Amino acid sequence: MSDKKPLLSFNDVHVEVEGKEVVRGVTLTINAGETHAIMGPNGSGKSSLSQALMGHPSYAITRGEAFLKGESILDMDPDERSRAGLFLAFQYPLAIPGVTVANFMRSALQSHRGKDADMSDFRKLFKAEMNALGIDHVFATRYLNEGFSGGEKKRIEILQMAMLQPSVAILDETDSGLDIDALKTVAEGINRFHNDNNGILLVTHYQRLLNYVKPDYVHVMKAGHLVKSGGPELALELEDRGYDWVVGEEENQKVEV
Amino acid sequence: MTDAVQRQKDDLSQLNNDYATRYGFHDPVDYFHKGARGISHEVVEMISKMKNEPRWMAEIRHHALDVFNSKPTPRWGNTKLLNEIVYENIYYFMKPIEQQGKSWDDVPEYIRRTFDKLGIPEAEKNFLGGVSAQYESEVVYHSMREDLTKKGVVFLDMDAGLREYPEIIKKYFGTVIPTDDNKFAALNTAVWSGGSFIYVPPGVDVAVPLQAYFRINAENMGQFERTLIIADKGARVHYIEGCTAPVYSTDSLHSAVVELIALEDSYIRYTTIQNWARNIYNLVTKRATAHKNATVEWVDGNLGSRLTMKYPCIQLVGEGARGEILSVAFAGQDQHQDAGAKVIHAAPNTSSRITSKSISKDNGRASYRGLAKIHKNATNSKISVECDALLIGEDARSDTYPTMEIDNDQVRVEHEARVSKVAEEQLFYLTSRGLTEDDARLLIVNGFMEPFTKELPLEYAVELNRLIELEMEGSIG
Repeated sequence: MSDKKPLLSFNDVHVEVEGKEVVRGVTLTINAGETHAIMGPNGSGKSSLSQALMGHPSYAITRGEAFLKGESILDMDPDERSRAGLFLAFQYPLAIPGVTVANFMRSALQSHRGKDADMSDFRKLFKAEMNALGIDHVFATRYLNEGFSGGEKKRIEILQMAMLQPSVAILDETDSGLDIDALKTVAEGINRFHNDNNGILLVTHYQRLLNYVKPDYVHVMKAGHLVKSGGPELALELEDRGYDWVVGEEENQKVEV
Repeated sequence: MTDAVQRQKDDLSQLNNDYATRYGFHDPVDYFHKGARGISHEVVEMISKMKNEPRWMAEIRHHALDVFNSKPTPRWGNTKLLNEIVYENIYYFMKPIEQQGKSWDDVPEYIRRTFDKLGIPEAEKNFLGGVSAQYESEVVYHSMREDLTKKGVVFLDMDAGLREYPEIIKKYFGTVIPTDDNKFAALNTAVWSGGSFIYVPPGVDVAVPLQAYFRINAENMGQFERTLIIADKGARVHYIEGCTAPVYSTDSLHSAVVELIALEDSYIRYTTIQNWARNIYNLVTKRATAHKNATVEWVDGNLGSRLTMKYPCIQLVGEGARGEILSVAFAGQDQHQDAGAKVIHAAPNTSSRITSKSISKDNGRASYRGLAKIHKNATNSKISVECDALLIGEDARSDTYPTMEIDNDQVRVEHEARVSKVAEEQLFYLTSRGLTEDDARLLIVNGFMEPFTKELPLEYAVELNRLIELEMEGSIG
């Protein structure tokens, strides 16, 4: 246990949206090399937790603590969290008209490396990652997410993750809207990214992504609490039996991993 | 976008100079001629005499002054700011040097330095076919590539044009914009000086852009350049104008008249990137006539100034003529950009497209004022109008005043108008990738302007993005 290196850890996190508490005390630690999955029905608060951790201004963390590599992130702006190594793949990535994927990607990478940093390797890197994800090069000059299909958007999210190489990637419903081929490509991208030095938090309603991206731990979220934790077998059980059987007996339990 | 340009953009993004340091400097000048403030028939006569003009032009000027005096200040647009103009306080004619230069070595050093800072000689070397540099009332430098001269292309300043081609000027001057069109066109006609005269002979394609740069240097200066461009049958030309001025605490006036005549099958594109200091009133009349199967395009970028009122117009008078007006306006603190477009369809099978994009920031105000008119005879004509406004901050303002006058049933007219704000969700998305909020906002704004910037020559696109970056810096809330 002593060799475990915590990357993202949060303790008793509460989240409010428009004055309503949607996350009610969640505790979790993700160590280097680990993949966690938070599963739960719609409205369980799992997406709100993701948004709040990334720093969305409408999702306020009202109580608790959150640390990225030992440093508190609660006072950081979203861009600072990103540069510190946190990444959120959006459930609904936004369109930015007039801004090409390449231009955006370049600006993002530049902001991570610093204003004066050398970017001469950008094109090569960008092309290599597009190839790896099976993204047609025409996407480089298309406007970010404008007119993209659901699957295309998700692939571009994974592309961004691969380019920015965060320490912890939170993937919010990355499997939604994907057909089986796209799901496999995206999963391959996630697996290629994952190594002993980074951590992944998968946030998902369905189990199917977990067939391709193997989690080390699965947590069930209901009504703003993590109510049950287990290994990958828990996901299969949820698939068979749905969420209803996970009753609230473990509500408020702090999950130690 | 090439890496070279991107690098240049990145380099440019390091610059934190504001307008005052980059463009807002002024030269202490010993003018060859600096008239008195205010306007009168004596001033008009003096201008005409100094230019040694034919009498008919002097008469046009005197008549125009009467029209100017008799016309009321417009009762629409920003009447409050318009009524603050003190005409008696303005210098109507300033001649910086006695003789125009044919090479930059002929130009006095302080003026050359100014244009060096503005990057004009560099651009001339790299990609322009001809350059005209106006300083106050007169063009101080002029040149054109020899191969274009050999093809019969005429690109002169308007004063030289009148001396060398009086018959062409007499034929076309004031035919697109008559003296009594509006108060400011009348004022320009009375005291015009400088500007460009271009004639492209039949079938000649001027493949490289011609550029004029207009620099105001003195305080309370009135700059009244007059431009006339004629593309003969089947000719093609792209003309670019740029403008800047020093930052002063009191106002200067820029009131140009630009007339374009596109004869049968010809093509004229007129690109403007104005970047006036915030003490400039910019009240300009621009209009084109497109004959049979001709195409006219106005690409009109409005940055800076205190008040801009400008509505580039295209009259489609020949069957199959096409017109396109693409304009952007950026209204920052205490600025009003009252810009727009007019298309007048007066022949069958004509088509036009207006794309207007405006950005208002802080308490800035951007208005779109447009006219789309289809005459009875213009059967089977098409108009498409698209207005897009982006608001930054709670106090920013955008208005749209579209007018449609359609007198023919067999036409297609489309109008779309959108107002949007830089959305919090977009900002969050971009900042979650590591961009600072300022960088994210700038990226969104540049993206909004992209349909415009992509129409510019690359060098100008880079420059425009940089200017917008300067406008976006600081004071964002």
